[in-house]
Amino acid sequence: MKRRGRLWIFLGYAAGVGKTYQMLVEAQRLRREGADVVIGYFEPHGRVETIAQTEGLEFVPRAHYQHRGSVFEDMDTEAVIRRKPQVVAVDEFAHSNAPGAPRPKRWQDVMAILDAGIDVLTSMNVQHIESLNDQVLQITHIRVRETVPDWVLHQADEVVVVDVTPRALIHRLERGVVYSPEKAARALQNFFTEANLTALRELSLRRAAQQLNERVTELSGTQPAETDVPPPPRRESILLWLTPNPSTAVLIRRGRRVADYLSCPCTAVYCARDEASIEPWLNICRNLRIDAERIPDQRKVAAAVAAYARSNGTTQIFVTRDTPGLTHMIHLVRDIQVTVVAAYAAETTHTLSG
Amino acid sequence: MSVSEYHRPDPDALLQKIHAQESAAARGRLKIFFGYAPRVGKSGRMFDEGLRRLARGQDVVVGAIQRTGSEHLEAALKRIEVVPPQTPPPQAQMTPGDAEAIDVEAILRRNPQVCLVDELARSNPPGSRNAYRWQDVEQILAAGITVVGAVNLQHVFEEQDAVERITGRRTPNSVPAKFIQQADELVIVDVPAEDLVRPGERSDLSTLQLTELRELALLVAAQVVEEQLQRYMAVHGIRQSWSTQERILVCLTPRSNARAMIESAARATRRFHGQMLAVFVRQGHLGREEAALQENLEYARKLGAEVHILQGSDPASVILQFARSERVTQLYIGHTQRRRWMFCRKSPAERILQEGEGMDVRLFPQGSAA
Repeated sequence: MKRRGRLWIFLGYAAGVGKTYQMLVEAQRLRREGADVVIGYFEPHGRVETIAQTEGLEFVPRAHYQHRGSVFEDMDTEAVIRRKPQVVAVDEFAHSNAPGAPRPKRWQDVMAILDAGIDVLTSMNVQHIESLNDQVLQITHIRVRETVPDWVLHQADEVVVVDVTPRALIHRLERGVVYSPEKAARALQNFFTEANLTALRELSLRRAAQQLNERVTELSGTQPAETDVPPPPRRESILLWLTPNPSTAVLIRRGRRVADYLSCPCTAVYCARDEASIEPWLNICRNLRIDAERIPDQRKVAAAVAAYARSNGTTQIFVTRDTPGLTHMIHLVRDIQVTVVAAYAAETTHTLSG
Repeated sequence: MSVSEYHRPDPDALLQKIHAQESAAARGRLKIFFGYAPRVGKSGRMFDEGLRRLARGQDVVVGAIQRTGSEHLEAALKRIEVVPPQTPPPQAQMTPGDAEAIDVEAILRRNPQVCLVDELARSNPPGSRNAYRWQDVEQILAAGITVVGAVNLQHVFEEQDAVERITGRRTPNSVPAKFIQQADELVIVDVPAEDLVRPGERSDLSTLQLTELRELALLVAAQVVEEQLQRYMAVHGIRQSWSTQERILVCLTPRSNARAMIESAARATRRFHGQMLAVFVRQGHLGREEAALQENLEYARKLGAEVHILQGSDPASVILQFARSERVTQLYIGHTQRRRWMFCRKSPAERILQEGEGMDVRLFPQGSAA
């Protein structure tokens, strides 16, 4: 049986912290140790020190995709697999591929490369982690559109924190190391404030610590020592009630996160009449590997959800705050825990790459 | 009106303290590279920083180094001036934990902009000016010289019990946690555990032990960053409605299914490395239920909750206001026992459920747990 490749993620909290640099330092180290290392995708962003770290590494040429008369460039995943190196460095794990590329997301390309038995070094920022999307919105007022599902992160063999202090990062920006002067000035006013950067930095440290906590559990074969708290009394099962409400996206991510933490099943239900309007949420469910089941249209949806929960052994129901019939339902399921998930304030779309 | 058993630091007091610190403008800045175990490469990072500063025209010297014979380090040392350590006093009995002491006098005379100091936790030989190297560093900082240093997790005094539980041993040298918390900049140096256990690296710790140390180091750093964030928000008068960590508030009553709620909150708090709070809103005398309440509060405290007793005739409003001011991310409440009957006013639990914007509200059933 072919060995699956190993996945190393260099995790930062903003553009310019040095993720790509660290990734390439690791690539160079592996090359010195005799490994066959190539670069699958690298975005230079004009950063001299980073570009210097690519010296002596082979680049797999990019693919060109035609789409509506335009030509887009992206990683040539198939060429990487044909080249069959031992290790490939792939920048910007959360990137959405050019139109016309065989897979919509770069992380899907990386999965294909890993399946071919090739080790991958990649880089990403904490704000691109799906389950942290809402927290990042709250902190920065920016909705990050390019996300990587958490189950993909769970497959990483290593998540390495790339740390600098916000002050040093702001200096880099001011010196023009990260962006062009105009873009840097704009970034310093919006995203790169000391408060934002400090909060994102803390998130990245905590998320990486969580990943290590899971590794400790795996390695020791036991739950981490919580000797002072009694273990949960029973196995949990989470049910998400999907509605057309916009905060349903938050609900799904939150439910996934709690289910991951409890290592328990997580399923979703929705009413047939909502099917068309909740398609985007069903898509998030598919990305997060949550099965969503349709219940027939009826006058009392709350009662139907309660009945579904009871017959499926649900122990926790997750709903959004303004779900119609919520009060009715909580009185029908007095033996089941109900969590009303926080919604967040208005959002703006914004992308800062690198 | 609320009576609290616990007091957050007063923002004004905090501000005054910060102004006091900043008014000592002559003080140099302290930057620390923080590693989870020996050989993660923190000294290398420190010297890289020294070289970069040198390249930018700053006047950099080395105050203390740990010679490892690495090519990288030796190359750096050719380019940065070294202030030689003090010759130990002739009567000094050197013990293995001791290193040569930094020559503080010579560094102060030399008066560079930046001084690199490796192994911040070293003890000085008996008879030296200061007992510990970190005290030497304080003197160098006080003279307005920036210090860039390196230290490992096992050397942070307050973490040494936890480290000993993981590794089964304790190093004799340490710095107080306050020393790293007050650093102007703390940078975590993170590398995969397997880098340290690969052949030739000869760490005698297992991958499991190194992974546990690594997790702990990240959490120590996250806590330092959290404090910096709070300070920054206080100084700039920014009201923070969100939290980077889970803050779980358990609403207790004498009757509610308290133990299950407290245990569930404690598990989530530990798992997400968050904070746990518990609150009770006193509306009058409880009579014979007082003992049950005290037992619940005591259990919450035992599992690490910060317990608050508030007062008010409208418990739902009191709880929500408190939760907002404490940046609570999850609020745990119990189902009311009475059956709802028509035309009855909404129960506090229902109101919290509907009005608790901005936080998860978790409604616990009677008599079961999660």
